[in-house]
Amino acid sequence: MHIPDGFIDLPTSAVVGLLAVGGTAIALKKAKNELDDRTAPMAGLTAVFIFAVQMLNFPVAAGTSGHLLGGALATVLVGPYAASLALTVVLGIQALLFADGGLSALGLNIFNMSILGVATSYLVFIIARKILPKVRGSIPLAAGIAAFISVPVAATGFAIQYAIGGTGTAPASTVFAAMFSTHVLIGIGEAVITVLTVSAIMATRSDLVYGWSASEVKLEVRNS
Amino acid sequence: MERVGSEVGGKELMTTKDKKLTKFYLAFFSVAILLAGVVSFYASSQPDGLEKVAEEKGFLDTAKDSAVSGSPLSDYGVSGIDSERMSVGLAGVIGVVATAVVAFGLFMMIRRKR
Repeated sequence: MHIPDGFIDLPTSAVVGLLAVGGTAIALKKAKNELDDRTAPMAGLTAVFIFAVQMLNFPVAAGTSGHLLGGALATVLVGPYAASLALTVVLGIQALLFADGGLSALGLNIFNMSILGVATSYLVFIIARKILPKVRGSIPLAAGIAAFISVPVAATGFAIQYAIGGTGTAPASTVFAAMFSTHVLIGIGEAVITVLTVSAIMATRSDLVYGWSASEVKLEVRNS
Repeated sequence: MERVGSEVGGKELMTTKDKKLTKFYLAFFSVAILLAGVVSFYASSQPDGLEKVAEEKGFLDTAKDSAVSGSPLSDYGVSGIDSERMSVGLAGVIGVVATAVVAFGLFMMIRRKR
């Protein structure tokens, strides 16, 4: 899903890049509320874990692979704003050190994965958590649903950018259809990895899981 | 210091709690190192979703080399290391450490201080 340079023209990349900068600035401001002495290291580790798991491409269909984007996983572990920053750090390291994702396309990638992917994940997670029973087991499930939906939505982000400023000659509608259907499959892998990881952390340190402990914050106010 | 300790149930309890937390962080970090350093070798090398779509829809050739494509770590390998296993694994470990430095630096800087 990392867009290389050249797929999308420079004017479009620049405009989306500005949106990405704006979104990241908001995340920087708001992440403060999600981060304290305990959760700040957790956010760092989440970025590290996502970098590692993004290296693990899994096969999805004949001749195609996919890898975790991590938006839903990060959102549930550390909250949406810190999650967005964590993904942006990963995308920056990948683009600058590993030439994975273009430099002029970095804003496009940040927009699709760190902003669109995370915002979708957060919204779906909140709705799913509301609908599902108020038990611990609902958290990994809600995270999985968010993960599954966030991937085709992030892929749609690329399809829209292609429609506006794609340099290729293929019609935008066929690119959208192909991106969407492929990424529904990748979304299944995303959901599996997210459910497994959130389950493991819920089982060991549920107090560090934002999506679970944030709903209990009211009970802790007395302490401070 | 004393007062804070008593509020959370004594200094001793606090340190055991911290130790447990550090242990958890270390375990989490170790899993990441293991995945990036060892398991990454077994990852699928097929084109990813976007690359595959670009190939099928005929716009893969519009991709341009990144300005950093000459980086010694480009495409998750360390240039000069012949063994594929070592090359990918080392690149993974370097990436994990680089991500850790940047992410921890950022998050510790912007966190709410007590």
